[in-house]
Amino acid sequence: MSTLAHVLEAAGLSTVVLASMRDVVERMHPPRALYCEFPLGRPLGKPADPDFQRDVLMHALALLEAEAPVIADYPEVIVAEEVPMACPVPALLDGDLPPCVEEAQGLRAAYDRALARRGVTSVGRVIDADGVPAALEVLHRWGRGSAWTEDPLPGKNTIAVCLDIRTYYEEAALELVDGPPPGGRQVETWFYEETEGGRTLMAARGALRDQEAPFPFWFYMAPGHR
Amino acid sequence: MSGDQAMRDLAAGMPVPEFETTAFTTPSVPLGEARVAIVTSAALHRPSDDPFTATDTSFRTLAAGDRDLMLGHWSPNFDRAGLAIDLNVAYPIDRLQELADEGVVGEVAPRHFSFAGNQPDTVAEIRLDSGPACAAELVADGVDVVLLTPV
Repeated sequence: MSTLAHVLEAAGLSTVVLASMRDVVERMHPPRALYCEFPLGRPLGKPADPDFQRDVLMHALALLEAEAPVIADYPEVIVAEEVPMACPVPALLDGDLPPCVEEAQGLRAAYDRALARRGVTSVGRVIDADGVPAALEVLHRWGRGSAWTEDPLPGKNTIAVCLDIRTYYEEAALELVDGPPPGGRQVETWFYEETEGGRTLMAARGALRDQEAPFPFWFYMAPGHR
Repeated sequence: MSGDQAMRDLAAGMPVPEFETTAFTTPSVPLGEARVAIVTSAALHRPSDDPFTATDTSFRTLAAGDRDLMLGHWSPNFDRAGLAIDLNVAYPIDRLQELADEGVVGEVAPRHFSFAGNQPDTVAEIRLDSGPACAAELVADGVDVVLLTPV
């Protein structure tokens, strides 16, 4: 974003960056930056909080008064909560299906409600919602020793498939929780630590690493710190 | 360690593009008369657009009225749920319209622009190609002020 600020400013536009990494913005010295120590992915800080978002914008726009390059700090810090989100997962029947497949099917109604309410989904990069159970079934087999080179994944691209699966779960989960919006990364934590789908994905990721698949194929299947 | 701290620590140790000087354009009109656009690196796009590829250096155009937007960013390393809850948490288009309605800013630009934050380290394409192309579109729209939002 700081790179674009330099480029746009040179073209005669006045810019303000909402910076999310202070060290980076200090080294790149864009014309005007408001450093906001908020959860990454939430540069305006709080979803569904118009007053807070407005305040961030007002702080940012105030920097247009500066007569020289400036980096300012937004006064409030928001730390991503590490507490898991309290979201139910479907009861499993202990049937013939892998638990992750049964679970994904059980979340379908919530996913469909989310889609109907929002009018758009970010699932569909390489597989759609109908394809999530079949993709999970392959990841389940990978995690149990199936060779990834001989057991093809629908959608092929491991990173994209995993983003689609995670997004399917996250969009469904947001239909199942009450109360204020979950904090930063709480939904991510729920997915990777509380669901069969998340555990299946992580097991498959480990299996690919152990089978010496190319680094990007498995590493970016999940956040780096996991 | 939290995912956000891990990413901030990682970024702190990475090389960044060097700019010897900082271009600085003083707004030519007061904020209350300025036309304002948003440029985001969240890789937002309309379902009908070409999706972003994993190394996409180009941008997508968002009309001011677009709300049904997909999150096309390829990184798993940030919170994606916030955007699913409220587009404005990374693309504050409704907040900007409210500020225009109140006269705090002059008006909302007709078009806004979206890049993918996962760029090659040199960001050469953005510096030399797609960035200047985006700037030309903004200038053509008579934009005065650009708010840049990352994810």
